[in-house]
Amino acid sequence: MSVALAAARLHGPHIDWGGLSPILALLGGAVVVLLVGLAPRREVRRLVASGLALVAFAAALGCTIWQWDASKSIVSGALRVDDLALAVNLILVSAGAATVLLSWRARASGEAGHGEFYALVLTSTAGMSVLVAAQNTVSLFLGIELLSIPLYVLCATELHRSPSLESGLKYLVIGSVGSATLLYGLAMIYGATGSTDFDAIASAIASGGLASDPLLLTGIALVVVGLAFKSSVAPFHQWTPDVYEGAPTPITTFMAVATKAAALGIFLRFFDVALVSAQVSWAPALAALATISIVVGNVGALGQSSLKRLLAYSAVAQAGYLLAGVVVSTRAGARATVFYLAVYLLMNLAAFAVVVARERETGLGDDIAAVEGLGASRPWLAWPMTIAMLSLAGIPATAGFVGKLFLIQASADGGYTWLGVVIVVGSMVSLAYYLRVVAAMWMRPGPSLGATEAASPYPAIAGGSPEADPDAIGTSTPAAPPAGDGGPGAGAREGFQPEVVGLALAAGAATVFFGIVPSPLVDLARAAGNSLLGLF
Amino acid sequence: MPLSILIWLPAAAALLGALAPRRGSYPLTGWFAFAGSVGALGITIGEIAGFDPGHSGLTHVTDQLWIAGLGIHYKLGLDGLNLFLVALTAVVSALAIGAANRRRWERPRLFFLYLGLAESAVLGALMAQDLILFVAFFDLMLIPFYFLTGQWGEENRVAATTKLVIYTLVGSLLMLAAAIATGVLVSTNTAHPLSFALSDLQNAGGIGAGAGLSAGSQEWIFLLFAAAFLVKMPAFPLHGWMPDGYRAMPLEALAIFSGVLSKVGAYGFLRIVLPLFPQASVHFQTLMLVIALASILYGSVMAFTQTNTRLILGYSSVAQLGFITLGIFALQPQGAQGAVLQMVNHGLVTLALFLIVGLLAARAAGSVDLRDMGGLALRAPVLSAIFLIVALATLAMPGSSNFVGEFLILLGVFRSKLAIAIVAFTGVVLASVYMLRTLIRAMHNRLGTRAESREIALADALALVPSTLVILGLSFYPQLVLHRSERSTAAAIAAARATAQPSQTARAPLAGASAPQPARTSTLGAGATHSGATR
Repeated sequence: MSVALAAARLHGPHIDWGGLSPILALLGGAVVVLLVGLAPRREVRRLVASGLALVAFAAALGCTIWQWDASKSIVSGALRVDDLALAVNLILVSAGAATVLLSWRARASGEAGHGEFYALVLTSTAGMSVLVAAQNTVSLFLGIELLSIPLYVLCATELHRSPSLESGLKYLVIGSVGSATLLYGLAMIYGATGSTDFDAIASAIASGGLASDPLLLTGIALVVVGLAFKSSVAPFHQWTPDVYEGAPTPITTFMAVATKAAALGIFLRFFDVALVSAQVSWAPALAALATISIVVGNVGALGQSSLKRLLAYSAVAQAGYLLAGVVVSTRAGARATVFYLAVYLLMNLAAFAVVVARERETGLGDDIAAVEGLGASRPWLAWPMTIAMLSLAGIPATAGFVGKLFLIQASADGGYTWLGVVIVVGSMVSLAYYLRVVAAMWMRPGPSLGATEAASPYPAIAGGSPEADPDAIGTSTPAAPPAGDGGPGAGAREGFQPEVVGLALAAGAATVFFGIVPSPLVDLARAAGNSLLGLF
Repeated sequence: MPLSILIWLPAAAALLGALAPRRGSYPLTGWFAFAGSVGALGITIGEIAGFDPGHSGLTHVTDQLWIAGLGIHYKLGLDGLNLFLVALTAVVSALAIGAANRRRWERPRLFFLYLGLAESAVLGALMAQDLILFVAFFDLMLIPFYFLTGQWGEENRVAATTKLVIYTLVGSLLMLAAAIATGVLVSTNTAHPLSFALSDLQNAGGIGAGAGLSAGSQEWIFLLFAAAFLVKMPAFPLHGWMPDGYRAMPLEALAIFSGVLSKVGAYGFLRIVLPLFPQASVHFQTLMLVIALASILYGSVMAFTQTNTRLILGYSSVAQLGFITLGIFALQPQGAQGAVLQMVNHGLVTLALFLIVGLLAARAAGSVDLRDMGGLALRAPVLSAIFLIVALATLAMPGSSNFVGEFLILLGVFRSKLAIAIVAFTGVVLASVYMLRTLIRAMHNRLGTRAESREIALADALALVPSTLVILGLSFYPQLVLHRSERSTAAAIAAARATAQPSQTARAPLAGASAPQPARTSTLGAGATHSGATR
């Protein structure tokens, strides 16, 4: 409608500022934060840059909620503002804000410069917002690149740690291959249908009987590969464990939840809007990919001793679960995927926040030994992690259970009962490694703190950057271990980190809350699913 | 009174206790949890007293839509089928939590919080009237035991608890898939909106029980459900987790686990499998009876060869649950009624036996091995007498309620499968062999080298004597259970019986005579009770 309107007027197109407002808030925030990065004093840069980044995320969140229930095309039909885009936007913006909180004391933001670091996070989030709203292939590619390029840099922001640099380079190389594949696929789809607009592609496929056109199918295959790279779907997941492990943990968190949400969002929109008439051709292939991803992810996670690698493989498996909702291309499927994305955000935030906290508290990095005995020494960290693990495994009374319920129901309802069974079997295998983490926290004695901590080189881990030190000393001296039944918990080296613990607790509590009272999230997800008008 | 209060009271009380400030050096959580479970017990007693045996169908129904998009209801209800299992749960949990208060635990707040959660989850599973809600509670009740075993268990606890959880959760995840498939298939076949409420599934579109599912779908769904329930019980080929789990779990938790959780599996057959999948139940009747028989024989023989008293009780549970399964899949009213009664009986004796094992271990230098015991009756006449009563009840001495239960079960099997009934009779004999062996070797014979005979302390008696009194009371008056459960058990197996009828026309006289039978057998059981009691 507004397309026609824009074409009819000669003097510049109409600009729907409201529809653009979430993206503008993020990009505007990025500019301001970048400028604040020029401030003379280090402490000012740290406080003001992260504070303004939070404000930008809050503004974007507010704009998203303001636009809720909109259904319009903006920027000459390049972007679509509907409940799917807005629901995923909520997830993205929450993930971004959480990343800012987790980065508050991180070495990475200090080493890269606070202004640049937070500006990159904001830009990447803006790219994701563009991606999930994209409704032509050009804005799709624009979104992908805008989200990826800042991430390549962010992975490498721990300048003095070689695994971080390695992960940035690896992500750059593999991500570029993914982007190139995607672009090639988009070009072929354009070649087959003669259009870049999603609706036009859909009508071209439907009217031209192109569902089995070789050019189109090759294009679709390449797009699937490209998006599979981004959302770490096996067998295109090879980079995931290495990059997740090497990147600074707050950035790993951001990649795990936000990138996945954005990639699945565009999976839903591109496949369930543009390519919906060719569903018979691509659905079996996507189902096969989902199966491979579930198997590879769950089996790969079994032997991991690094928590970040474990969560990376778990992310691969979860990507497989999420794809099930895309495969069936029904409203129930879209609803299930969006619901699970929201749940996935909560449980991963809880888990990663605990990893971040323990990395800074112990000298053990992200090894599973870092959480041993956590139940006795730091119950307020052990609970969120336990809830996250149980929820990822799909235990009742957590949101993960309800999420799996929706996915399995959507699969069964959409004629893919076997895929539902694969999800169930995957969950069984996953118990083995999720429960290992839980057992480490509650059923093993803590590491003999005195010995390991004294032996490990102090500056190499947390609090190494000079600017973090005053803060660390300031809080750690009065900080007593939080309430609990005693135990040796006083060996903290970063001290009490209220924002990280608070985030973990909030995410864990939300995971339980939505496991018991899922209706608010269900309503959100249903609205998102219903905004895909072509589906049933 | 809404059933939600009954369900959540124990967990809420335990949570309150966990948050309450400590007094002195040791928190009062245990007594909060105990108060919660006693409160639940009080509510249950009120329900039993007010239950109308002539009423069929659910009472106190709570029905709310839980997950709107999927038609999942938070639906609870009480009827004759679950009334006494709820009561059993309340009794066993209250006494076990009370008994646990005698000991000083590390991290007591968590310990009692888990016990309270466990009781709530079991009560929820028993009262759930929605398929998904049932599965959720069924999974949930395992989680507290994962932590209880892993944190407070004996040696090798982490491996044991992992094995326990993976075994049972694999079963229940399969059940989850089967449950969703049931809902979706029924909704597609009958063109009704998706709903998981048992009443909707059972009678979809008013076509009649089981009509919503084709026989082929019923069969694979039946197998997945059966796998979950048989693992939980455990039954013979699926009991791999049992020895390790029983060795490692703290005794008070084990009393609840063995006394109550195993029954939820058997209850699931009566509540869900037989009404929803009647064709498949008839189709697999022989298979299930054979599994039950194998459990009886294997469990009995293993119980006879073990010297670890925890394992003796574990394998005896396998055998006893074999009997219960036998009764259910006899697909006869007597069998099902006997199964319900026997579930209650077995839960009660298991609680008492595990408490006794704890006392014996305290007298045998902490060992639960029979070889370290012996002669413990010497200075402990009261303990010895209690053990004797409980042991005689376990081996189904005529006069005990267990006798009535086993009698009804065997009567039911006798009517449907004669050969299996005859073999099952040997199980009754074997039970007396292993129980008497345990009793004699622990309490009599020569005093063990490290053992010391000591009378039961007052605090211990406070936990043990009530459970013995309940056993005795039920022995005098098993009709309490039989009358109130009669209609509901008959309704539970009605669909399967209706399906089985054509194949039973050959034995028409027996099947035809079965209608007035329950009342008669009840009287028979009561007669035996009184003669046994006077003896």
